[in-house]
Amino acid sequence: MKKPLPKLLDLFLTFLKIGAFTFGGGYAMISLLENEFVSKKQWLEKEEFLDVLAVSESSPGPIAVNTATYIGYKVGGALGSFLATLAVCLPSFTIIFIISLFFDRFLRIKWVGYAFRGIQVAVVYLIASAGVKFIVGLKKNAFNVIVASAVFLAFILLSLFAVRFSSIFYILIAGLLGLTLYLIDRIRKRGKEQ
Amino acid sequence: MTYLKLFLIFLEIGAVSFGGGYGMISVIRDAVLSHGLLTEEQLMNFIAVAESTPGPIAVNLATFIGSSQGGLLGAFLATLGVVLPAFLIILIVASVLKNLMKYEGVQGFLGGVRPAVASLILATALTMGLRVFFGVTTFSGGFSFNYKGVIILAALVAISLASKFALKKKASPIVLIVISAGLGILLYGVF
Repeated sequence: MKKPLPKLLDLFLTFLKIGAFTFGGGYAMISLLENEFVSKKQWLEKEEFLDVLAVSESSPGPIAVNTATYIGYKVGGALGSFLATLAVCLPSFTIIFIISLFFDRFLRIKWVGYAFRGIQVAVVYLIASAGVKFIVGLKKNAFNVIVASAVFLAFILLSLFAVRFSSIFYILIAGLLGLTLYLIDRIRKRGKEQ
Repeated sequence: MTYLKLFLIFLEIGAVSFGGGYGMISVIRDAVLSHGLLTEEQLMNFIAVAESTPGPIAVNLATFIGSSQGGLLGAFLATLGVVLPAFLIILIVASVLKNLMKYEGVQGFLGGVRPAVASLILATALTMGLRVFFGVTTFSGGFSFNYKGVIILAALVAISLASKFALKKKASPIVLIVISAGLGILLYGVF
């Protein structure tokens, strides 16, 4: 019989594998993660896994890093979360760093330059499709429609007028608006109860 | 660009950008353009590479941009910066604040963030599209219609739709990138 790997080493190698072979970022990793940790290794219950996803999607930062940190913690505490996060980033870091060393020279080849002019169209298309997917996934209520339209118009107009306004501010202002509405709603409900 | 500044730029990106890779692209683009690290065209090339290599898109982009600014150390610091806030926040949520996401106030905040992030992604795509297809960056700038770009876009839309309805499968980003590269060589190089 094969001797089982120590759990932390197993955790590290699994995330290394997922980091090295998943294309398309965090969302593409989710089904692989479920397969590895819920179905195969049974380190997480289905419920726990859904919890991990909910937290990962609601926290800032790369989804893949969030899930790795969280699953790592559940499996092996702080050390586990460090190892899982390191493992999921390591293949990316290595591959991209090597590419970055040659990229400028590569782009100077005439045909590669033409190819990348075509690829820019694909980049616009891919980002637009992701945007549409996010928009379609929103709950259809007045608040979402107003915030989404206001941010969209402000972003386009300000960038066409060459006014710099960081995306970070849109995110923070919209978040605070959401929080304020929640607080107003709560105060109102309290008022009614009394 | 000092190493410290590079690290701080990506630390800020990691701390406030929601929605994973695509949600982060608009924030990364903003930071990169406003600090003059890259031109939009360079950034779009980097995004294409980040999408067609394995791993988290935001990590790929951070490593790539970091390397372009400061070699291996730059790549390391940018990647560390973008990962560190996520790592610490999740560690705290997993160990101490297990119910953080269940607090209604947090949900209220996230409820505001979601539509903003969705719009930022779409608006970023539109801004990039205006430049790629019409050469428009600002109201005062020039205008040049890139009809070859529009042909490539039409081809990508057609392929996506065909894949969705005929194969019942979403066309993978890599397939779309490879096809657009081929069309780019054909349209810009041959004709």
